[in-house]
Amino acid sequence: MQVNKLSFLVAALLFLSPALVLASDNHSHKEASDEVTKEEINEYIQHHIQDSHDYHLFTDEESGTHYGFPLPVIIWDDGLHTFMSSKFHHGEKVVESNGKYYALHHSKIYRSDTEGHIEMDEHHHPVMSARVLDFSITKNVLNIMAIGLLILWMFSKAARSYKNGLAPTGIAKFLEPLVLFVRDEIARPNIGEKHYRKYMGYLLTVFFFIWIVNLFGLTPIGVNITNSISVTFGLALLTFIITQFSGKKEYWMHIFWMPGVPVLIKIILAPIELLGVFIKPFALMIRLYANITAGHIVLMSIIGLMFLYSNWIGAPLSFGLALFLSIIELLVAALQAYIFTMLTALYFGSAVAEHNEH
Amino acid sequence: MEKLLNDFSVGLFFWQTLLFLVLLFLLRRYAWKPILNSVNEREASVKKSLDEAKNAREEMERLQADNEKILKEARQERDTILKEGREMKEKIIADARDKASEEGAKLVEQAKVEIENQKMAALVDLKNQVAEMSIEIAEKILRQELAEGNKQEELVQEQLKDFKLN
Repeated sequence: MQVNKLSFLVAALLFLSPALVLASDNHSHKEASDEVTKEEINEYIQHHIQDSHDYHLFTDEESGTHYGFPLPVIIWDDGLHTFMSSKFHHGEKVVESNGKYYALHHSKIYRSDTEGHIEMDEHHHPVMSARVLDFSITKNVLNIMAIGLLILWMFSKAARSYKNGLAPTGIAKFLEPLVLFVRDEIARPNIGEKHYRKYMGYLLTVFFFIWIVNLFGLTPIGVNITNSISVTFGLALLTFIITQFSGKKEYWMHIFWMPGVPVLIKIILAPIELLGVFIKPFALMIRLYANITAGHIVLMSIIGLMFLYSNWIGAPLSFGLALFLSIIELLVAALQAYIFTMLTALYFGSAVAEHNEH
Repeated sequence: MEKLLNDFSVGLFFWQTLLFLVLLFLLRRYAWKPILNSVNEREASVKKSLDEAKNAREEMERLQADNEKILKEARQERDTILKEGREMKEKIIADARDKASEEGAKLVEQAKVEIENQKMAALVDLKNQVAEMSIEIAEKILRQELAEGNKQEELVQEQLKDFKLN
């Protein structure tokens, strides 16, 4: 009972704290300017959905202290450069490493001169030559590691519980129906009884990874894994590669020489189908990225509205709306994981399909 | 599109792919395989148990049907036996009655014959006795008659008279 109450309290705090963080941030501003501007909120949101090189929890703007911890920076720039992100002092300082200078610009690391000036083009974007290959352990990378470990711990615990008997016990009771859902509702109907087994590992991993990562995205610690295009690109690329490598004769035949249509149409269809091969995973990538990013931006904007219209009507209204949207986002978190896995299974299914009727 | 490309981070992509593949490998080995195997095993055992239960139920139904059949047969058998018994009883009774009446008739017949015989014997006896008695009486009469001398004479005379006539 005691544990349940405690975990409820923790969960409640986690879900409420985006508002709290924003509130504390803006509170200090209020004393200075007595007004929260749209620009501040916009900047806060932009900052929130971006990856960063340090694990920033919150800032006490009155004293100017940032609470959080630094992360290691790993750069490949004609040699390996490694240092801790704390050296940037939150973008205020230039870092010298092995005779080269680096500075932060919009949470990204660029090559700079000794003064920290980054060479810009006419659109005020850093020029290509200023870019470096950045393999840093960023906030998102750390979050992926942490959530990966959590998933691994959860499911290996569930797997171990089967050693005592065939009936699920403990955490497996909760996870088993989800695993069975992926197997019976996603893999089996889309891939088919004959081939689905070898794709189960990938489908289950993708489903639970996206879902759990999405859920963590709703917590205020600022986990933005699935709303970075690099992550969704990585996932979609794996789906693409697995699909192409499991493509059977029938699959390629349907792309390059569609059976059952006149030759002229075969010739017209081939480039379209070939384009489709790339569009499918591309759509997967964009769909997940856009849904989660949009969800975060809308939710944070509405929370921001609370401070913009801090009167008796506007604030409760936007609070209610934010609460409603948070619940919708919970659904979206699962839905996007489901859609991604479902479409992945569908593509695998089309790759291994054997149409005997043709 | 430009923003997308700008947001793209090679490092994050690299780490994501690497970590995801490691996670995939570890989960396959330590989670999905044991979980799915256990689930499959359980499903198989549940299916087997259900099949067995179905078979047992069918067997039971079969046995029950057999029992019913046997019971029915036994009941029929009993009915037949009872019927046969009744018939036999009636036959025996009828037979006994026939035999008894036959025997009775025979006895009556014998008795009649015996009575007739007895009657005849008695009659013969009576005749003999009457004859004896008659002779005795005749003797006594004769003796009395012939006690007087002339009387004998008269009789002889009378007899002789009859002879003469002849």
